[in-house]
Amino acid sequence: MNQRVFTAQGLTKTYVSGEVEVRALRGLELEITAGEVVVMLGPSGSGKSTLLNIMGGLDHATSGHLLFKELELTGLDDRGLTTYRREHVGFVFQFYNLVPSLTAYENVALVTEISNDPMRPDEALALVGLENRMTHFPAQLSGGEQQRVAIARAIAKRPEILLCDEPTGALDSKTGILVIEALLNVSAQLGTTTLIITHNATIQDVADRVFLFADGQIAGIHKNETRRAASELSW
Amino acid sequence: MLVLDLKLLRDLRRLWTQVLAIALVIAGGVATLVLAVGSLRSLDETRAAYYERSAFADVFAVVRRAPKTLVDRIAEIPGVAMVEARIAKLALLDIPDMREPATGMFISLPESGEPELNRLYMRSGRTPDPGSADEVVISEGFATAHAFASGSRFSAILNAHKRDLVVVGIALSPEFIYAIGPGDRMPDDTRFGVVWMSERTLASAYNLDDAFSSVNLKLLRGASEPEVISRLDELLDPYGGSAAYGRKDQTSQMFLEHGFDMLRNMSTTLPPIFLLVAAFLVNLTLSRLVALEREQIGLFKALGYRNTTIASHYIKLVLVIAAIGVVIGSAAGTWLGIYVTKLFGDYYRFPFLVFAKSPDVYVMAALLSFVAAIVGAIRALREIVGLSPAVAMQPPTPPHFRHLLPEWLAVDRVLTQPTMMMLRNISRHPIRAALTTLGIALATAILIVSLFTANAIDQLVDVTYFMADRQDASIGFVDKRPEGVVMQVARLPGVLATEPYRDVSVRIRHGTIERRIMISGRARDADLSRIIDTDLRPVTLPESGLAISNWLAGTLGVGVGDVVEVDLLEGQRRTVSLPVTALVEDYFGIRGMMEAEALARLMREAPAVNSVNVTLDDSRLDDLYAAIKNMPTVAGVSLQRVSLASFRATLAVTITTMAGIYTALAAIIAFGVVYNNARISLSERARELASLRVLGFTRGETMRILLLELALITLIAQPPGWVIGYGLAWVMKTRLAGELMRVPMVLENLTYALASAIVLAAALFSAAIVARRVTRLDLVSVLKTRE
Repeated sequence: MNQRVFTAQGLTKTYVSGEVEVRALRGLELEITAGEVVVMLGPSGSGKSTLLNIMGGLDHATSGHLLFKELELTGLDDRGLTTYRREHVGFVFQFYNLVPSLTAYENVALVTEISNDPMRPDEALALVGLENRMTHFPAQLSGGEQQRVAIARAIAKRPEILLCDEPTGALDSKTGILVIEALLNVSAQLGTTTLIITHNATIQDVADRVFLFADGQIAGIHKNETRRAASELSW
Repeated sequence: MLVLDLKLLRDLRRLWTQVLAIALVIAGGVATLVLAVGSLRSLDETRAAYYERSAFADVFAVVRRAPKTLVDRIAEIPGVAMVEARIAKLALLDIPDMREPATGMFISLPESGEPELNRLYMRSGRTPDPGSADEVVISEGFATAHAFASGSRFSAILNAHKRDLVVVGIALSPEFIYAIGPGDRMPDDTRFGVVWMSERTLASAYNLDDAFSSVNLKLLRGASEPEVISRLDELLDPYGGSAAYGRKDQTSQMFLEHGFDMLRNMSTTLPPIFLLVAAFLVNLTLSRLVALEREQIGLFKALGYRNTTIASHYIKLVLVIAAIGVVIGSAAGTWLGIYVTKLFGDYYRFPFLVFAKSPDVYVMAALLSFVAAIVGAIRALREIVGLSPAVAMQPPTPPHFRHLLPEWLAVDRVLTQPTMMMLRNISRHPIRAALTTLGIALATAILIVSLFTANAIDQLVDVTYFMADRQDASIGFVDKRPEGVVMQVARLPGVLATEPYRDVSVRIRHGTIERRIMISGRARDADLSRIIDTDLRPVTLPESGLAISNWLAGTLGVGVGDVVEVDLLEGQRRTVSLPVTALVEDYFGIRGMMEAEALARLMREAPAVNSVNVTLDDSRLDDLYAAIKNMPTVAGVSLQRVSLASFRATLAVTITTMAGIYTALAAIIAFGVVYNNARISLSERARELASLRVLGFTRGETMRILLLELALITLIAQPPGWVIGYGLAWVMKTRLAGELMRVPMVLENLTYALASAIVLAAALFSAAIVARRVTRLDLVSVLKTRE
């Protein structure tokens, strides 16, 4: 349980846009161990999404180090990051980002086709309770269902890490809870390290640890002695 | 099937209107090329096959009266493979259903009925019985024009004797593919026909027993044509031979070649322009279409897809679109090619058509289309794939906007916000806006160049028939006549004014370049048939020296003041040097003109006449025709009115048909461009427009922003479109010009207006479709997710 999955040292990210320079991460440090559920809280612009993007291999850090196990992510080129994402990372986005022209099943198959040891798309969909909606197109699914398809798509490759950026941000509370429940169930079953960005402070109760972000750094870490089940949440 | 391929199919279905519109642009380009090259090659091969199968002669000569014994000596000329001597005479025809006289070219058929050279292709009936005095075979065009069939009768004035003839067969000849009467510019099958008769009959009618008046030679492969011609001229000279000539000066072949030349030049000018324009537009459109997929590309990258996989997915998409275009274009092009080949085949009366297969053209058109599509996709992909997935998945960051003009000008405050948005959106993507403008300008331009041909033909008719040659008719004689004949013509019923002409056949030479032309001697102040210069002003002939066509001057490389060498091919057959004293801009043929008396002095002859231009009193035409039919020296009457009508009905029809086809294809391309531009703008700005709606803008106001931009770009594109169109028309004019005909560089305002109107109509139609889509924008979903 205590194998380190992520280690960050002095991680910085600076965006330059015209004459404006935005320092999104300012020398961030962290350690995350395998199987942990981490919730990241913080105001807009505090660096949560930037960190998640770098951890997911979607973006490069400006300086500092980020290790995935023994792998130095900050040293990888585009090709290396692609392989890393392909083999280890699952993503869940706020706006689901499903391909509208593909059915639920096909959206999941989009990932399983390029993975080494994936589950079958129908298995993944069954894990999120959508076994009866496999042939539906995104436009025929509710928001919560679309997000669960996105979760199924993220976990179908049996990733070691699941990165979720505001997974409930676009959903009502009841649906949001269903989605969190699906997320936690799946990650518990697969032993996946799960990072969730949210604005919703209630969700922190389901985490092992909560990182509080401010000004591009982790301002505080809060550890839950007992995690609440998603079904106990309400907001 | 891979999921990505499924997505591809569904995307194609989702985007089907755009896919079709882009495919049509490609199809337009491909079709033009396939049509043009296909029909041209088919016609070329048809002609070659026809010449081959009918043993079309290589060298031709006309002589007054040569004994048949000469044939053996001609056959001894080195390089001659075959000799055929015959009788060929022009004579007036009297046709029952026609009041004006027609002209027949009477050609003798050997005893066997089947000439060895220029073999007849019998359409129906048989050849005349060698012993019969009245049986004839007539040319198909002439037969059709008068509804003649076997058994039909008409009469002819052969050597001053009227003779009744009966049709026994209808045929085609490689010598008269383009059957053009003496003095005519265009074939007119009602007034000119070819009549084949038994040699015995013609010989006795013209006192040519054991003699001939025309000889055709077939040369051995590798023989020197000029050598044979000069040896032949030497042999024929004592018998009144006029200079022999090769295929390139043979009237039918010459006109045919020119017709093909025009088609060839049209085919090598327009289709590449079309195809390149289509390729550019497809490149532009597909690049924008792929750019719209930015977020999905980011998603694929986030999911771990490699750049190469993503790139090949989108390349597959554009290739499928291009392939649809290539297939439609090839099919349409093939069909149109066959249609055009048949059209020209009918016009030229080929006995059969050979449809050439040109796989290389299809391959070339397809390759160019595919490359254009791939380059367009890669252009967009390079930019997006280069982004990190996190950035690609976001909508593009709001770009930096600038004030359009210095703030103190306060323009920004005068314009409404929507107008401002539109202007800034254009200035934000200046290159894209410029390329789109160029795309629409090119659409206008190809319409202009397609419409140009019709304009040019109109101008040609105007200048030639209404400004230059204002006579009602031209009466041509079999041989040159003494000057007194003018008085005789003037006394004919209904003749109001006369203007005599003396035409002398010459070879004109400067350095090594030589052309065979006619020099026509005319009165200095000739008023019926005027010489018109480039500025459309009448020109008065200089007192001495030679005026020549501008085109001829260009070919010979001479200007006013230069001296040319002229071989006079009649009379004493001298070679003289003449100064060029004027250049004439004319549209038909190449010719020389001299003051009549100067020409007579040059010929060392008393003033003589070959033809007389006349104006007529319309009410006395019947009397005139009756009188002319009794004049044995008259070879034919060419009527301006009829000549114009036949010009319009023949060449004009074929050229206008071609121009019409090109115009239609250009219109399709124009529509495809404008429609795609509008659709893609809508997709690109869907979020922005939906945001405006959320902020409380009405549908109309939202639409206005989008449509204003479309309207502005379409309008801005028109003037450059006119300029490019003019340029392309100039290229076209230059390429169409040849020795037999030039088209003037005329673009009427109406043409510009029409081209722009077609583009604007396409824009309006596109706007209507886009407007409907704006009203259906789903605000919530557009704001939250990609479309």
